[in-house]
Amino acid sequence: MYVAVKGGERAIENAHRLLAHERRGDRDVPELSLDQISEQLSLGVDRVMTEGSLYDRELAALAIKQARGDLIEAIFLVRAFRATLPRFGATEPVDTGKMQVRRRISSTFKDIPGGQILGPTFDYTHRLLDPQLAEGGAPELPAQSEAPSATILRVIDILGRDGLIESSPPADDDKPVGDLTREALSFPADRDLRLQNLARADEGFLLALGYSSQRGYGRNHPFAGEIRLGEVEVEFMAEDVGFAVPLGSITLTECQMVTQFKGSAAQAPCFTRGYGLAFGQSERKTMSMALVDRTLRARELGEEVLAPAQDEEFVMSHSDNVQATGFVEHLKLPHYVDFQSELGLLRKLRKEFTEAAEAPAPLQEAAE
Amino acid sequence: MNAPAYNFAYLDEQTKRMIRRAILKAIAVPGYQVPFASREMPMPYGWGTGGVQVTAAILGRDDVLKVIDQGSDDTTNAISIRKFFAKTAGVATTTSTADATVIQTRHRIPEASLHAGQVLVYQVPIPEPLRFLEPRETETRRMHALGEYGLMHVKLYEDIARFGHIATSYAYPVKVNARYVMDPSPTPKFDNPKMDNCAALQLFGAGREKRIYAIPPYTSVVSLDFEDHPFNRYRHDAPCALCGANDSYLDEIVTDDKGSRMFVCSDTDFCETRQAQGHRGSESAAPHEEMVHG
Amino acid sequence: MTLSAELPAGFADRVILAQSSFRAVMDAMARPGSVQRIIAGAGAPRPMMPGTAAIALTLFDHDTPLWLDPAMSATPDAAKWLKFHTSAPVVSDPVASAFALIAEPAPLPALDRFAFGTPEYPDRSTTLILQVDSLTDGPAVELRGAGIDGVTILRATIKPSDLFERLSINATLFPCGIDVVLVAGNAIAAIPRTTRLAAKGG
Repeated sequence: MYVAVKGGERAIENAHRLLAHERRGDRDVPELSLDQISEQLSLGVDRVMTEGSLYDRELAALAIKQARGDLIEAIFLVRAFRATLPRFGATEPVDTGKMQVRRRISSTFKDIPGGQILGPTFDYTHRLLDPQLAEGGAPELPAQSEAPSATILRVIDILGRDGLIESSPPADDDKPVGDLTREALSFPADRDLRLQNLARADEGFLLALGYSSQRGYGRNHPFAGEIRLGEVEVEFMAEDVGFAVPLGSITLTECQMVTQFKGSAAQAPCFTRGYGLAFGQSERKTMSMALVDRTLRARELGEEVLAPAQDEEFVMSHSDNVQATGFVEHLKLPHYVDFQSELGLLRKLRKEFTEAAEAPAPLQEAAE
Repeated sequence: MNAPAYNFAYLDEQTKRMIRRAILKAIAVPGYQVPFASREMPMPYGWGTGGVQVTAAILGRDDVLKVIDQGSDDTTNAISIRKFFAKTAGVATTTSTADATVIQTRHRIPEASLHAGQVLVYQVPIPEPLRFLEPRETETRRMHALGEYGLMHVKLYEDIARFGHIATSYAYPVKVNARYVMDPSPTPKFDNPKMDNCAALQLFGAGREKRIYAIPPYTSVVSLDFEDHPFNRYRHDAPCALCGANDSYLDEIVTDDKGSRMFVCSDTDFCETRQAQGHRGSESAAPHEEMVHG
Repeated sequence: MTLSAELPAGFADRVILAQSSFRAVMDAMARPGSVQRIIAGAGAPRPMMPGTAAIALTLFDHDTPLWLDPAMSATPDAAKWLKFHTSAPVVSDPVASAFALIAEPAPLPALDRFAFGTPEYPDRSTTLILQVDSLTDGPAVELRGAGIDGVTILRATIKPSDLFERLSINATLFPCGIDVVLVAGNAIAAIPRTTRLAAKGG
C-alpha cells in the first residue's frame, strides 16, 4: 500500500522554528543588539542599505540579524519591505559638491585644493589578523583637526572648468528621472535607469564586470578622478509649502572616474565620465559602478559593443542579486512534473536508439 | 522603527491598479506579454512572485482560493502561498478544483475541466518562448511584432532531424488566437490541449521577468507542430496505482533501491475525488473494487 | 483639502469596491459583449455615470493620462473630481491618453486620433470608456472572437450608431488597436480589439 506524503504545513512550521533557534545560536552567548550590528558591522549595513535601496540603518541592521548575516538575504528583506511603502515623491538632487567630507582622495593630481583626506580606510593597513581585537577593548581615540570651513571642490569640476572633461548633462524638468521599480524596464535604457540599476546591483557582479573591463573586455582607461565619503543634506520640495524642506543628512560615497577621451571633427577631445554613488561607505561598490557606468555608455559614445560589460541588456538583466538568487535557488522547488515529462521523452528516445542500433544496417539506412 | 502594516492581499492599492491595468491589456491582446512594474514580494523571485501578484490583484473577499504546485495542494510551496493569502486576505481556501474560484498553479493544469466562473493563474519563470533561441529581449520583441516565428520552427525541426521527435516535453510552445507564440509555463505538454477553448480565464504572471499575459475564455490555443510530426500528448503508459485513472498525468514514485517504481496521479484532488467515488488502483488501501483499463 | 466637501465621494471602502469593480471590468473584457454590473459604491460628478466613476476610481492614477471629451469637460466638475480622487493628469491630445472618457459619444473623434499602440508594444493604446444610453435595449449586434463561445449577442443603444463599423479597423490593426468599455449607468460591457462585430442578420 502506498500513501502520499502529507503534513507539509507542519514541516514548514518546524523548519522555521529550527531556523529561529539556529539564528540565535548558543543561548549562553549574549544576543546581538541592532546597535551593535549598526555600529560594529557598519559596512555590512551600508551594503544592505545600498543594494536594498532603502536608507534606514536600523532596518538594515534588523535585516542582517534576521538573515543570520547573509547579506543578500538581508537585502531581500529590505527590498520586500520597501516595495510596500507609499511614495510621496522624489527628493531634490543631492549636491555632493557640498558634502561634509570625511574622506576624499584623487589619483589624478598630486595636490588638490582641500588636500587628500585619507579618512577611515582599509587602504595601507597590512592585512594581518589582529589578536588584540579578539580580546576586545577600546581602540585609541582618533586624531583630531579643524574641520574644513568651506566645501571641498570636486576634482572633476577642476577638469570641467577647462573643458577637459565632458560636462554632466543638465537636468531636463520635462523628463522626470526614470524609476525601474515603478515601470518595467525596456531596452535601450537611458543612463538614469542604468545608474539606478547599477546602484542596486550586486557588488560582486559589478566588481567582476568592472575588473573585466580593466583587463581588456571593454577597456576604458580609467583614472579615479575622485572618491569622496561624507554627509550630504537631503531636501524635499513640498508643493504645499513652495520650497525645499530639509529632511536630514545621509552618508554617501561617490566615485567619479575620468575615462578615455572622445572627440570628433566638430568637437575638441575631452575626457569622459563614469559615475558611482552608494549609501554609506561603499567604496568598492562605487568604483565598480563607475567603471561599468562608463562601459555601458558605449552605444551613446559610438564605441563598438564587444564585451559583456558594455552590453546593457546583459548587465542590467543579471545585476540584481535578489532576482538572481531567487531564480537560481528556485531550482530547489519541486520539478517532478516537468522532470517526468523529460524523463519519459528521454526513455523513448533511448529505446528508439537501441532498437535502431540492433536493427540490420541496410534497413536503418532505408528508414532515413 | 517603521513597523510594517500591510494591505488586504498584501499589495498596496497603487500596485494593484498597475497590475489590473496590465491584466486588462493582456486579455485584450491574447498571448502578448504585457510589461508590468513587478514588485519585490516577500517570497523569492522564481518562487511564484508573478502568480502571487496577479492573484493578489484579482482576489476578493468572496473568492475561494486553491493553490497547487506540481498538481498537488500539499507541496511545500503551494502550502506556503496558500497560507500567505489566507493570512493577508483572509479568503477561504480549498483543495477542490470544482469549488475554487481562483486557482494558482505551478507546472500543472488540473485534470477536471474548468468552468466559466474560474480564473487559473499560472506562475511563470521564463515568459518568453523564444528566449532560449534568442536571449535578447530587443530581438524577441521584434520577432513578436512581426509575427516572425521561423526560428521556433527551425528549432523544432532540428529536434526531429536529431532525435526523430520534437524534443520539447514541457513548456511546449503554443500559438494563441492565431497570432502570438506563447510559453504555457513549464507545464507538461500533456496539459497543452486543456488550454484550448477553455471556459475559464487563464492569466500568467512572471514576476522576475516583469510580464503578464492571458488567454481569454474560449480562445484557440494550438500547440506548434508539423504536418508530418503532429503534436501528441505524453503520459506514462500505466493506470494510477491509487485511483486506477488511465487518462491523468502521472508522477513516478521510486519505491525502493532496486528499480521498483509505481505511478500515481500528479493531480491529488483529481485522484482523491476518484478514490472517494470508489475507484481503486493496484496500491489502494481498500480492495480493488474496480480496475479501469483503457 | 477643502475641495473634498464639495465633491461627490470616492469609494466608501476603496479596497473592496476597487476589487469588485475591477472583477466586473475584467470579466467584461474576458467575455466581450457580456453585461456586468458594478456595485455602486461611489458618487459621480455630472455627467459621469456611476459605472464610469467606479472604473476611474479602480484604474486611474498619476500614471494614466486621461482625455475627456467636450461633454465630460463642459464643466470643471468631472476634471476636479478625477484630479482629487485619482491624481490622473488630463491631457489635451487624445493620442497621449491611456484612457479616454466619452460622455457624449455622438461626436466621437476619429478613432485614429487615439493611441493604437505599436507592433512592439500593442499595450500602449488608449482604452475608450464610452457612456451609452442602454446595454439591454436596442439593435442586436453579433460578436465573435476571443472570449466568446462561438457567437454572442449584445443589444445596445449607442451613439454614434456607426461605432461598431468604425471598430472594424481593429481587425486590420491587430495586435494594435482600441479596446472599448461601454457604460450605461451601473452596467458595463467591453469590446476588446479581438472582437469582430456584425449587425444581427446582416
